[in-house]
Amino acid sequence: MPRASAWTLGWLALAVALVLLPQALSFSQQEILVFLTINVLLVSSYRLLTLTGEWSLGHAVIMGVGAYASALVTKWTGLFVPLSMLVGALTAAAVAWVLSFPLFRMKGFYFLIGSFAAGEIIRLLWKRFQDPFGGAKGLKRIEPMPNLDLGFHHFDFFLPTNYYYFALVAVGICLWLMWRVERSPMGLAFHAVHWQDKLAQASGINVRGYRMLAFVLASGFAGLSGALLAHYIGTINPGSFGVEQMVFILTWAIVGGTSTFYGPILGVVVLTILNEIVLRGMGFEQARPLIYGFILILSVLFLPKGLESLVQGAMARWRVAAPRPAPVEREKQA
Amino acid sequence: MSAPLISVDELTMRFGGLTAVDHLSFDVSEGTIHGLIGPNGAGKTTTFNMISGFYRPTGGRITFAGEPISGLPMHEVARRGLVRTFQHSTLFNELSVIDNVLVGTHMLFPPRLVAAILGRDGASRRAARERAEEALSFFGLHHLADELAGELPHGHQRALGMAIATAARPRAVLLDEPFTGMNGEETRRMMELMRKLKASGVTILIVEHDMQAIMGLCDSITVMSFGRLLAEGTPAEIRRNPKVIEAYLGGTPHAA
Repeated sequence: MPRASAWTLGWLALAVALVLLPQALSFSQQEILVFLTINVLLVSSYRLLTLTGEWSLGHAVIMGVGAYASALVTKWTGLFVPLSMLVGALTAAAVAWVLSFPLFRMKGFYFLIGSFAAGEIIRLLWKRFQDPFGGAKGLKRIEPMPNLDLGFHHFDFFLPTNYYYFALVAVGICLWLMWRVERSPMGLAFHAVHWQDKLAQASGINVRGYRMLAFVLASGFAGLSGALLAHYIGTINPGSFGVEQMVFILTWAIVGGTSTFYGPILGVVVLTILNEIVLRGMGFEQARPLIYGFILILSVLFLPKGLESLVQGAMARWRVAAPRPAPVEREKQA
Repeated sequence: MSAPLISVDELTMRFGGLTAVDHLSFDVSEGTIHGLIGPNGAGKTTTFNMISGFYRPTGGRITFAGEPISGLPMHEVARRGLVRTFQHSTLFNELSVIDNVLVGTHMLFPPRLVAAILGRDGASRRAARERAEEALSFFGLHHLADELAGELPHGHQRALGMAIATAARPRAVLLDEPFTGMNGEETRRMMELMRKLKASGVTILIVEHDMQAIMGLCDSITVMSFGRLLAEGTPAEIRRNPKVIEAYLGGTPHAA
C-alpha cells in the first residue's frame, strides 16, 4: 500500500475512534474526556513556547486570562460564545505581548521566575478586584454554549459528549495551526533560537522578537483552552489557575517529553488516564498529588527524554525492520 | 583608491578599568581579504565583537558601506550585509546540515506567519532551499545535506559555518579564528575556500593568530598589540616590520 493512503487511513481511523470514544465511557468519564481534550490544547500550546528554549511558570495564569476575558465579554455584551472564546484567546495573546517586554529582558532561570511573578500579579488582581473579576470567589453562572440544531443532531452542550465534540473540533484546528507553524521556516527559526541563539542572531534572526512571537502565539492558544474550560464548567476563580494547575502542565510536558509534537499530548493522555481512572478508581483520592509527584520524579530519573523517547525507539526499530528512504518525508512537509 | 567597505574609527572598548581596545582605526577595502592579528590579549576578538554588533563600543565609530553600524544589535548588522562566524564549531548541532544553511537564508527569505500556515509561501521556501543547496555546493558539502551538523568532522563543520554565514549573500564576512584546531591539510583546504569566496566578490575580514595561514592569504594586515594599532601593510611589509617581530617573538629577529 502506498504511504500516502496509509496515512490517510490512519487519520481516518483515529477520527472515527475519537468520535465513537464517548460511547464507551461512563458519564463522569465523559466529563474527564472534555477536560482532557482542553488540556491537550493547553499542554501543546506550552510546547510551542518551549520551542524557543524558554520555560514559563505563568502559563496557567495566561490560560485564566482567556477564561476570564471570554466569560466577562459574554456577560457584558452577550456575544455569541464561540466568538467570545476567540476574544478570550486574543486577550490572552495581548496580555502576553505586554508582559513580554519586561520578561524577555531575561533568559533561562530568570525568565522562569519573572514569568511566575507576572502570573501571580495577575492572579492577585483577580482576587483584589471584586468588580469585575468577582474576587476570590471568582465568576459564577458563566454563559454556557448555546444549543445548536444541525438537523441530523441536536447539540445540547450541557451534555459532556456534545461539548466534547465541539472542543475536539476547536482543539483539532488549533493543533493543525501549531503544526503548520512548527513545520514552516518560522518553526526553523524557533529551533535556531533555542539551540544556538548567538548564531541565530548572526544569521539576521531577531532572537528577542522570535521569543516574543512564540510566547504570544502560545498564550493565545492557552487563552482559548481557558475559554473552552470556562464555558463548560460555568464557574472560575483565581484558584483554578494557580500553582497546582501549572505543576500539572509542567508534569505533562516533562513526562511526555517536548522534543516532538506528540510528546506532551502523550504525557497528558497517559497521566490523565492514570490519574482519573486508575487512581480514582482504586480509591487513592487523597494521595493523588503525592503519587503524581512521585511519577514526575521517577520519570525524570528513569525516562529523562519522556514517553516520546519510547515511541521514537519503537519507530526506529520498526524502520530498521522495514527500511525505506527517510528524507522523502522531509521533502513533502517542507 | 575607492572608499573602504568597513571603516573603524577611533574605536574604544573599556571593561571597567581595563581598556581592551584603545582608539583603534583601520579600513578594509572592498573585495580584499584583510587580516586582523596580534598576540593573545591584544584586543582582536573584542574588536571583532564590536564590528559584528556583539558588543556595544565605549567610544568611536564603525561604518559599513558608508553607513554607521556601531551599537546596532548583531541581527541588524547582519541585515546590512556584514555577517560573522564564531570561534570553534558553533553550529546548530541538533539540526541537519541543510537546515543549518536554511537558517542562514533567513534574511533573504524572511518567514511570514499567515502565508506559512496557509501554505502560500511555497515559492519562497523553494527559493530558500535552492539558495541553501547552492551555498552547500560552494563549500563542497552538498553530499552531506541530510547528516546531523553535530556529527560532521571538524573541517566540514568549519566549512558549514561559512556556508551558513554566506547563505544570505552578504557583502562581507567576519571570520573568527577560522584555522584554530585544524591540521595542515584542513588549513590548506580552508584557505582555498576563502580565495574562492573572495573571487565571488565577498570581502573577508579574518581575526587569527596563526601567522602562517594569514601571511599566505591576506591582501592586507592590521596588527594589534595591547589594544592599539601596531602596524599596517601587506604581508611582506608586516613580515619585515621589527615592531611586529618584537611583539610576537619578544625581540628575536626570526619571522614566523
